This record gives sequence, C-alpha cells and structure tokens, in this order.
Amino acid sequence: MLLVLVPLLVATLLVAVGVGAVGISIPQVLSILLAKLGMTPLVEFSPQQQGVLEAIRLPRVLLGALVGAGLAVSGAAMQGLFRNPLADPGLLGVSSGAALAAALTVVLGLEALGFYALPIAAFLGSIVTTVMIYAIAGKSGRFDVSTMLLAGIAINALCGAGTGLCAYMATNEQLRTITFWQLGSLGGATWDSLWMALPFILVTLVALPFLANALNALLLGEANARHLGIPVEMVKWVIVTLVALGVGAGVAVSGMIGFVGLVVPHLIRLWLGPNHRVLIGASALLGAALLVAADTISRVIVAPSELPIGIVTAFMGAPFFLFLLLGKRGVAR
Amino acid sequence: MMLSVRDLSFTVQGRHLLAQIRMDLAPGELLVVVGRNGAGKSTLLKHLTRDLPVTSGEIQLYGQPLESHKPKDLARKRAVLPQHTQLDFAYAVQEVVMLGRIPHQRRHAETADDRLIVSACLARVGLAGYEERNYLTLSGGEQQRVHLARALAQLEGTEGDRLLLLDEPTSSLDLAHQHQILTLARELASQGVGILAILHDLNLAAQYADRILVLAGGKVLAYGTPFEVLTAEVIDAAFGHPVVVLPHPQANCPLIVSLPETAATPREPLLAG
Repeated sequence: MLLVLVPLLVATLLVAVGVGAVGISIPQVLSILLAKLGMTPLVEFSPQQQGVLEAIRLPRVLLGALVGAGLAVSGAAMQGLFRNPLADPGLLGVSSGAALAAALTVVLGLEALGFYALPIAAFLGSIVTTVMIYAIAGKSGRFDVSTMLLAGIAINALCGAGTGLCAYMATNEQLRTITFWQLGSLGGATWDSLWMALPFILVTLVALPFLANALNALLLGEANARHLGIPVEMVKWVIVTLVALGVGAGVAVSGMIGFVGLVVPHLIRLWLGPNHRVLIGASALLGAALLVAADTISRVIVAPSELPIGIVTAFMGAPFFLFLLLGKRGVAR
Repeated sequence: MMLSVRDLSFTVQGRHLLAQIRMDLAPGELLVVVGRNGAGKSTLLKHLTRDLPVTSGEIQLYGQPLESHKPKDLARKRAVLPQHTQLDFAYAVQEVVMLGRIPHQRRHAETADDRLIVSACLARVGLAGYEERNYLTLSGGEQQRVHLARALAQLEGTEGDRLLLLDEPTSSLDLAHQHQILTLARELASQGVGILAILHDLNLAAQYADRILVLAGGKVLAYGTPFEVLTAEVIDAAFGHPVVVLPHPQANCPLIVSLPETAATPREPLLAG
C-alpha cells in the first residue's frame, strides 16, 4: 500500500511544483531544493524559477497536500462514526458555518481589516456551528449521532439561507469573491496560510490513527463497541472535535472543496477494505495526492486564468462516484 | 457467585419493566432466561451489559458492584453476543473476529497469538477456513456465528472467571446449528465460563440449561432446574399458551409439546407488561 501511495504522492508533488506559467523540470526542482540545503545542484536553473518555486509553488502545493489529507481522513472518520459510507464532514456544519462567516465578512466589508480577516472569520464560523450541533446532539448527556445528523441538516440549511441573503445583498464584486470562496481555491496560498492551517490539520492527521480500533469497533454499533471496552462517549467527542479542527482549518485557508472527503475513503475501501488501521493513513496519502493533482489541473486548464478547485474536484469526483454506484454489486463497498 | 442480582427493579414512565429480580450465576453454569415478548428479558440483559444503569437494587460481578469495573478490564472478562448486529462494511471475516481481541491489545499491535485465536474461534463455531471471506457475502446464520466467534475471541487468554451473555444466539440458525451453538455453550461452561442466554425455544432451554429463569411481567415467575421450572402450569402462566410436558424419550430433560389453542381457555392479551 505504502509502496504505491508514497511514490504517487511524491511524484504528484514534484510534477505539480514544476507545472505553470514558469516551467520548472523535475531535475531543476530537485536542484533548487538541493541548493537551498547547501548542496551542489544537479542542473542549471534561473533565479526566476527559484523565486517562483519558493514563494508561490511550494507553499501552494504543500497547502494542497495538507488540506487534501485533512479532508480525506476527516471523511473516513465521519463515515466510520456514522456507520455510513455516504457521511461527509459537511454534516458537522463545518463548511456551511465557514461559508456564512466568509460571506458576512465580505458583505460587511470586514476584509478591509486585513488579508487574514476572511480565513479567521471562516474558521470561527466553522467552530461556532460545530459547537452548536455538538450542544444539541449532547443535550441529554449522551452524544446522539442521529440527533447530530438532523441538527446538522437544519443548521446547514440555516447557514445556507444566511449565505444566500448575503449574496443577495452583495455588490457584483463582493458576489464574485463569495462565489469563488464557495467553490474553493488554493490561489491564496502563502507560507503564512500554510503555517496557520498546519497545527490544526496536523493534530487531526496525527491523532485519528490512534482511534482506528475504536472506529472499527464503532462500525458494529455503539453498544457492541462499549462491550469491547471502548469508551464510546469520549471517542465520539474526540472524533467530532478532530474533524471540526481539521476541516475548519482547511476550509478557512482554501474555501469549500467538495468530494475529496467522500470519494477518497471510498476508493481506499474498494482497494484495501474498510479496516481503519489502513484506511486512515491511506486516505491521507491519496487525499493529498488527489487535491494537489486537482489544483494543478485548475491552474493549467484555463491558463493564464484559474478555475476554482471545487469545480475540478466535483467534475472528477461526481462522475467517478456515479461510476462506483453503477458498478456496485450490493456488497462492493 | 460470579454474578449476583439482588432486588433489581427498573421503572420507565410508571411501568415496572423489572421488579425485585434476584438471580445468581456460578462459574461453569449455563443459565437460560425465558419469557414472552416484553417480559423483561432484554431489559435484564441490558442491565447486565451496563447498557442501562442500575437505578434500584444491585448487580455484583466477581464480588464487586458491576458499575465499579473498568471498561477495558470488564471487556476481557465479559463478552456479549447481541441478537442482531448490523455491520454494513465489507470486512474480511477474520477482521470482524479480530475486533474481539481489542481489549487484549496494547495500542494497535496485533500479535501472531491473536491470529491463532481468531482462527481457532472460527473453527469452534464451524467456520474454519472462512478467514478471508467477505463478511457481507455470508448468510444471516453465518454472520451470527462470526459474531459468536468474536465473543469467544474476546474471552480467550483471560485469567480467572469469565462471563458470556447471549441474546437469542440461535434465533437465525437452522436446527443443526442451533444445537451446535448450544453444545459449544455447554463445552464453554464445562471449562468454567459462566453463561447467561436468552432463548425462545423452551425445548432447547430444557435440553441445555443447568437452571432456567422464567420472567413474566418483569418479575421472576420461576427459577430452578428444567424439571422444577418447566411445568405445564408455569409455562401456561408465563406464555399464556397451553402445553403438556412429557419426559424426553432420550435425553434426561422435560419435553414441552404445545397444545392447540381452544375457545374454552380465554387468554390475556399477548403484550401485557
């Protein structure tokens, strides 16, 4: 598994940092990195190539990999928690809350406060909605997953209405910003945004594999998991918190990017089975590679302009998903 | 006594689902709980599995209040086979059984011992060679036996007393497999495992139980050996259906034969209490 996914991710990263208006070949990429480490470069490269790689491509590609991995493992964890292969981190209201906060920021002109006003507002929005859904699902002392699902649907609808109202009141310029944010883009990636998102997503990526056994047991139902000695209530809270942090940070810096959290764990289950000990790590690697690839396509397909990445992932993900559904023989998931 | 229940009562919205239940289970004993639908069998079991909290009365396990056991310690000494387990993901059979080893594992280390135990437990329930099969392609009866193997794997390698709780373990099985599973239960009991099983089939209960607990309306109606408990009067009172009880022609146990319902014997409604 690692023998396939790790080379795939590395190759995707190397190709992705080289592709664009300023072309950089893979040997040149390696040379620039070697030079940075004080070693002898393999081939010649121009200062312009070095500048583009260091200031623009590297942070963007690394952020893409980080966000992709975070979305994919969060999707895997949500599907395990809900015992439903169609569950998605969006059920927590993370994306819709972030979208509403981002739209409000734009319409109220708060963007003028600084470049990071929008991601910070989006992150706060995702945390606020998730806490609300938590509170409703946990009101009886026990954390009720089906109540959470229903609360998530209601709060998502409410946030959607709020976002729509913002869009209705927005000027043309603001509307364009809102729309682009909702479709997702890594175009704003900088080293700063990478460092902002890194701690949150890293916590999710590092902690979730420790819950693999618990997630496996939860697929048998909560009572069975309890009988196996799993502290089910605590595990549910921890999973929801990790997913909210990981997805919230990703959404904050890159907007809403759909289908990665849904499709990647599915692909891995088809290939390697549903065991979370494998599923979580493999989803992280494939999610990273897939989002970097989608971002590269979004950069080159209408160059010199850029397509929002959410359009690319949906165009890649949705037909593929339909293909899976049509090919499914009842037990193939 | 490994398990003792004293004056256990449970009330929901003024309805007494359990009232003053007293029972004991010794190591190596197979206790069968019978009763009509709604008699309190599942409610009693949910208290024993800690799915419901003890609100009135007391349950002691291994000499300590049930609530005081740490979840992971308890999981090594007590396994539960539910009546039905919903699992919709395409696990290999051995992965499902391996879940029973979770309480014994440190971190994620799955040892060679664990794998041997999984194969041995599958063999005990008659599923040798099923290790790599996709769980979702199995029949309902096979799936039920996979979960029994999981429960067996959970108790494997535990020092001291062990308790197995079975909720209608034979409900989705054919005749031969019903007997296979209960024979296995007897075998486990002979190795010192205490077993409490809910059964619907009174003849299976008669044939395999050491003692039988008859519940009716949340109360203990009768409690004792099959010969003491399975009388026509008790069964009629518990189930509201006339039977005759004969000696089993071959085994040393009672044989219950149900009689056709007659107009002369009016019945209380089926779903009382």
